[in-house]
Amino acid sequence: MKHDFSELRLDRVTRRFAASGGHVFNALSDMTLTIRRGEFIALLGPSGCGKSTALNCIAGLLPLSGGTIKLDDTRIDTLPPERRGFGMVFQNYALFPHMSVAKNIGFGLRMRGVASSAIAPRVANALKLVQLTGQEHKLPGQLSGGQQQRVAIARAIVIEPPLILMDEPLSNLDAKLRLETRSEIRRIHRELGRATIYVTHDQDEALSLADRIVVMKDGVVQQIATPQQVYAEPANLHVARFMGYRNVIDLAVIGERDGRVALEGPDFRLSGTRKLPLAGARAAVAIRPEEITIAGASDGDNVIAGRVDNVEYGGRDSLVDVVTAGGTRLHVRAGTHLQPGANVFVHVPAERVLVYPAEA
Amino acid sequence: MSGAGPSQGANRAPPGGSAAAKPHAWGDRASAIARDTLAARAPFDRSLLLVAPATAFMLLLFIYPFLYGLILSFEPAEGGALANYRKFFTTDNLWPTIWTTLRLALPATLINVGVALPIAYKMRVKSRWQRWITTLLVVPITLGTVLIAEGMLTYFGPKGWLAQFLQLLHAYDGSIRLTHNYWGVLISLVISGFPFAFLLILSYVTGIDPVLARAASTLGADAKAQFRHIYLPLLAPGLAMCFCLAFVQAFSVFPSAVLLGAPAGPTRVISIAAYEAAFEQYDYSLASAIAMIMGFVQLIIVAVVLWLRNWFYKGPVTGGKG
Amino acid sequence: MGDTTADSPASVPALRAYAGTPWSERAWRALLWGVMTLFLVNVGLMIAAVATNSFARRWLGTWLPQGWTATWYLDAWKEFQLGSVLWVTVEVVFAVVFLALLIGVPAAYTLARRSFAGKRALLLLFLLPLMVPPITYGIPLATVLYKAQLGGTLAGVILANLIPAAPFVILVMTPFIEQIDPNLESAARVFGANTPRMFWHVLVPLLAPGILAASLLVLVRTIALFELTFLTAGPDSQTLVVALYYAVFAAGVRAPQSVDAMAMIYMAVTLVWLLIALRFVNPTQLVSRVKEHPQGTL
Repeated sequence: MKHDFSELRLDRVTRRFAASGGHVFNALSDMTLTIRRGEFIALLGPSGCGKSTALNCIAGLLPLSGGTIKLDDTRIDTLPPERRGFGMVFQNYALFPHMSVAKNIGFGLRMRGVASSAIAPRVANALKLVQLTGQEHKLPGQLSGGQQQRVAIARAIVIEPPLILMDEPLSNLDAKLRLETRSEIRRIHRELGRATIYVTHDQDEALSLADRIVVMKDGVVQQIATPQQVYAEPANLHVARFMGYRNVIDLAVIGERDGRVALEGPDFRLSGTRKLPLAGARAAVAIRPEEITIAGASDGDNVIAGRVDNVEYGGRDSLVDVVTAGGTRLHVRAGTHLQPGANVFVHVPAERVLVYPAEA
Repeated sequence: MSGAGPSQGANRAPPGGSAAAKPHAWGDRASAIARDTLAARAPFDRSLLLVAPATAFMLLLFIYPFLYGLILSFEPAEGGALANYRKFFTTDNLWPTIWTTLRLALPATLINVGVALPIAYKMRVKSRWQRWITTLLVVPITLGTVLIAEGMLTYFGPKGWLAQFLQLLHAYDGSIRLTHNYWGVLISLVISGFPFAFLLILSYVTGIDPVLARAASTLGADAKAQFRHIYLPLLAPGLAMCFCLAFVQAFSVFPSAVLLGAPAGPTRVISIAAYEAAFEQYDYSLASAIAMIMGFVQLIIVAVVLWLRNWFYKGPVTGGKG
Repeated sequence: MGDTTADSPASVPALRAYAGTPWSERAWRALLWGVMTLFLVNVGLMIAAVATNSFARRWLGTWLPQGWTATWYLDAWKEFQLGSVLWVTVEVVFAVVFLALLIGVPAAYTLARRSFAGKRALLLLFLLPLMVPPITYGIPLATVLYKAQLGGTLAGVILANLIPAAPFVILVMTPFIEQIDPNLESAARVFGANTPRMFWHVLVPLLAPGILAASLLVLVRTIALFELTFLTAGPDSQTLVVALYYAVFAAGVRAPQSVDAMAMIYMAVTLVWLLIALRFVNPTQLVSRVKEHPQGTL
């Protein structure tokens, strides 16, 4: 296989299987994506959204039900995994328990017929890259979770693949180790410059690591965009919810002009920005807790009156629940200290009230 | 999985009561202090008594007869302590039984394990085939050696269906005999031993995480390489254990050798010799000696197999997270 | 790796071409299926031969018998005194199951829940009867039983069959007990139950499936267990399988058809219980002598 490429094209990739009960389950529907050389792509979504399925299809561990995968001009979806030449890091590392660290890492090179004398220096280099020099002769069972993880990464990169696939590599690590290893992965990617496809359900990981994020739900791609775009301009309500827009409120549409939508709730009015074409008399708005501020005055556009219900102290700020008289609950991230029961006014700018079609 | 430990058991108050309460002689006081200390340190967990009946039973009916037999084997009716053993190795219808039995047990075990391995490996993916075949194979095991022997006499006998079938194909020229000889016993050992080896190996193979093979395939290993580098080393300990168990089972062959074999000569296995000594000659001492020799030979073979396993496979026995 | 300009194709050789053509792969698979089918077909035909013969009036070297009859079953029943033999078998088997559970379940509980000095030795003690074949320890055992005046009696047979049965119960029950949350027992104790009551009200109900499984497994195995009963039984304490052996042994004198009729009765008895057992247990549990934890699982 090639050692480098211009682009990997997934064209309407579909994966179906027969689920219990006889009906057909679409794990992945018509996924179309182009990955460029050296790019870091994150597949992001909740469990069951098809991200791991997509990764396994690219690796060749799952056959496609439809669509094609092409590496430049070569069609690769008909090849078994051992002939695709991609490196893969598994979620539970999948280190061979009966082989030492050095043998684990050197396995891919051995399969390619590289002479043992040439394997040793490459393995040493890989160990240096993941900062595990000195652990060559240990067995996986003698390593900690974080160390095993790094061996898994070393094993995938030592074969110098054109593409590295990572399946939720950090999910089995504790929080502190996760942050450290995340930086490691970013550093390794910068040093090697290999295209990487990274599967995760953690939006922080995706935002910090990826050049582009593919947000998925129920086997369907929701949005492909840079982290900044996904964060600030989610394509639909699913993406918004997943990216931390905790306030999703169903409101009545009063009117619309030039993309500005006037909405009305039980006891307040809001002005928002339309993100998708609306249909019907109702719409759903998505607002980030960080973008709601405690207002000084009660007058002005987009000001809502309410009572503080629940305060979760968070050190730098607090997550405050503000409930309006009509029962609408808003989650607000406030820098000031508030008492439950206090009456407050909150404000959110119209550009940050994202308006989507109402949910069914 | 360890439970909460002795402290969770019934806590009895120290039996001596408070040691300072009454005046003691020095010995009484010392023992009272000892009781207090022991009780405070490790109160007796009465629930450990639950295992006592089983332990007593095993000791009485398994260990004791074994030791009794061992000692008995050194107390023959006449002659010195080793007279039984000497008799065994000098009597012409006794010592060749070791070789006769090995001639049957080793090939049977090699066939059973050797054929079971590739088939169990192919069946490692959970499917309805796996469940069906597993169930079908359990049947010959549960029916037992006696029924298999009778079935073979009827089916494999000179007038049975198999002979007629071969005759139909003109492959039978009248001189193939599969019963009342070595082959009959060998076939019956395969029929009763193969399902056992298959099921045991299947349980080992399915216990290996398939993600390891997937990882190997992403690194360039095709199906053969996956078996050679991943499955085989991880199966080695289990295979050795399976071989030992299957061998021990085959070495103890008894009813098949009598019913299907020629117990007077070519298939006079060591268990027949032991039985005859016990129940036809009523020489329990000799019988025990033969049983000991039988156990000893089995032990040697098992030790050799385990040593070979260690020699070939220098890797670790256990793997995974420590 | 260290050298980031090593993007040239020569640095890591391309993968070897896939070794082994699909043709050889298919041939191999066909061979394995062939062996398996051959085995199963022959075993099936073997059983069918016995069945056919048991209903045959006369059968000498032809494909099918020259006439059918069911009288052999009646003959076999009378000739081999199958009524009393079956009764003995029932007595032995159910006594063994009951006693094995009685001493095995508490022992399994202690082994699963407690750790204590000598635990490993005790485990080995319980595993040994399952790893040593019955003939090897049966001869010394028979000697001891005869010396203790128990040889040839029903009690002797029951005791002998108990030796592999109790450890088997322990082996089967231990994982079942380990599966039960130990907090349940702590909760029971906190609310005032002592050990016997905790057993009766909490553990036994939860263990019911395991106990059922163990009983069925012991039952099936004891019916088929030949060597121990053979060595320790007297003429009126033989189980069905031993009586069958003697019948086959003396087959020259008796008509082979009646022997086959008896074999069919034996098989029917075993199969009925086997089918019942398979409804509740995994087939592999019927044969696993030593539940090894397989290596290599991450």
